[in-house]
Amino acid sequence: MKQVLVIAERRGAVLDEGVFELLTAARALAGGGGRVAAAVLGHGIGGLAAELARGFDRVFAFDDERLAEPDGDGDAQALLPLLARGGFDAVLLAHGNLGIDLAPGLSVRAGMPLLADCLELHWAGQSLAGTRAVYGGKVHARVVAAAGGTGAMATVRGGAFAPAGPGTVAGEVVAAALPAEFAPRRRPLRTLRPEAGEVDITQSERLVAVGRGIEDEDGLQLVRGLAAALGADLCASRPVVDKGWLPRSCQVGTSGVTVRPKLYVAVGISGSFQHMGGIKGSPFVVAINKDRAAPIFGVADVGIVGDLSEVVPALEAAIEEQKG
Amino acid sequence: MDIIVCIKRVPDLAEAGLEIAADGRGLRTEDLDFDINEWDDYAVEAAVRLKEQHGGVVTAITVGDEDAEEVLRRALAMGADQAILLDDAAFAGADPFAIATALHACIRSLPFDVVLCGAVTSDGASGQVGGMLAALLDVPQVALATGLEVDGGRARVRHEVEGGLEREVEVALPCLITAQSGLNQPRYVSIRGIRKVADVAIAARSAGDLGLAATAVGEAGSRVRLEGLLLPPAGKRAEILEGSLDAAVATLVERLRERGGL
Repeated sequence: MKQVLVIAERRGAVLDEGVFELLTAARALAGGGGRVAAAVLGHGIGGLAAELARGFDRVFAFDDERLAEPDGDGDAQALLPLLARGGFDAVLLAHGNLGIDLAPGLSVRAGMPLLADCLELHWAGQSLAGTRAVYGGKVHARVVAAAGGTGAMATVRGGAFAPAGPGTVAGEVVAAALPAEFAPRRRPLRTLRPEAGEVDITQSERLVAVGRGIEDEDGLQLVRGLAAALGADLCASRPVVDKGWLPRSCQVGTSGVTVRPKLYVAVGISGSFQHMGGIKGSPFVVAINKDRAAPIFGVADVGIVGDLSEVVPALEAAIEEQKG
Repeated sequence: MDIIVCIKRVPDLAEAGLEIAADGRGLRTEDLDFDINEWDDYAVEAAVRLKEQHGGVVTAITVGDEDAEEVLRRALAMGADQAILLDDAAFAGADPFAIATALHACIRSLPFDVVLCGAVTSDGASGQVGGMLAALLDVPQVALATGLEVDGGRARVRHEVEGGLEREVEVALPCLITAQSGLNQPRYVSIRGIRKVADVAIAARSAGDLGLAATAVGEAGSRVRLEGLLLPPAGKRAEILEGSLDAAVATLVERLRERGGL
């Protein structure tokens, strides 16, 4: 029987649906007789708190105009008294941009161990323990919070837990006050939406995606040829966009665009969870990569291990021949 | 302006077949190549650009053994002015909190306006050290920066936030910024550039030099214990098309046709 707190993330006026994955994790950790609470911060968030109270036993609603924009630095100040008061055996956040911004500083201030980006969580005796992916997902690490009696925090990878269904808990909503010393140190200037691209790849049925493995812009030309032969649109993983070879609107992944194609041909893409997190709708996935151990071969349907500069032109030629 | 950049030497994972060491707690490193963590490369570039714009001193710091000197040399070749190696057997087995503890003990005695860290490392991938270090230093931090300008005692930072959005925020100096990939285009480092800084002295500091007890750092000072590494369960694996290139490609075209991809 444990007490678990989930810190909910919001996107504007809506809850990030990841909070319901955290609810599943929290219920499992709390066990029978344990209680799960949520904290939500923002301005005018009565509706969000009510939504959370259908799934959580208790909801701490921090409603203040100074919390209008999510701010990992300021939100940590707001949440600290709730954590410092003690009583939570585990505090969970999504390992998204806000969790990455918020959790490390909060864990230090609260004196709690932090298990980052967990794929799985359990108790090892009285200590929070989990499994996380390291070395580009090629290795898993089993980690456990040092015993200390203060409880522990964890950030949880999106998709690691199935979302809880609509709840009927009728939890209690508690209006949580900001600490008197609350003094946000970040001034938000403006929020920017990603620019739309020439091709809306969210609508593409066929995509050819290029990754770090193409090495240079000549490689990009080869892949363009393959995409043309397949009648597919071109997209990319983050490193290609960071190098400036393709626009940001082409970037598929958790920090880019979410796509729902029927066919996804991944060329020189390792298959990081950040990239794969942007692919929905269970497409047929083809992987071409020279690294047999690349995680992409764990998610692809079919693959060729080989040098892209040989495989890609050969495949393009074979497709053209097939078309006659 | 005093700028500090924290960096790490990590294995190159791109094509490496990774093997877990006999003790189950690390990798077999004999066949691995090492380089600066990619995100730290962006952090060094950002630090050097701030110096070029505003003048000042860039100090690069890493925690590691003598092998880690190579990433400090690389930072010096990119334009850092000085480098500090936090080297002590007591630092071994550190979790992100214990690394942040060592970095904090070093940085607190230095003047700084901006501390830069990579947002995450390619090996441990926890993305915690920067945020923890900022809390220990008690300075404002902004994670996952994709843009950075400093002017008049304030930093204007563009960073990745909820829902795939970016936000531009302003914080007062001193502050800590973690660099997301794509923050800039790091400059090329030539062998000749590295050779030029071969004689620059690198200051080494032990836990004792930093006023830290051996129990406050490394594995003893960690809040998260590594129980062991394991290879992930194989799960679903792709059908790998073997044989000659022509045969593999022909089979792939067949699979695409079966799936309506052609």
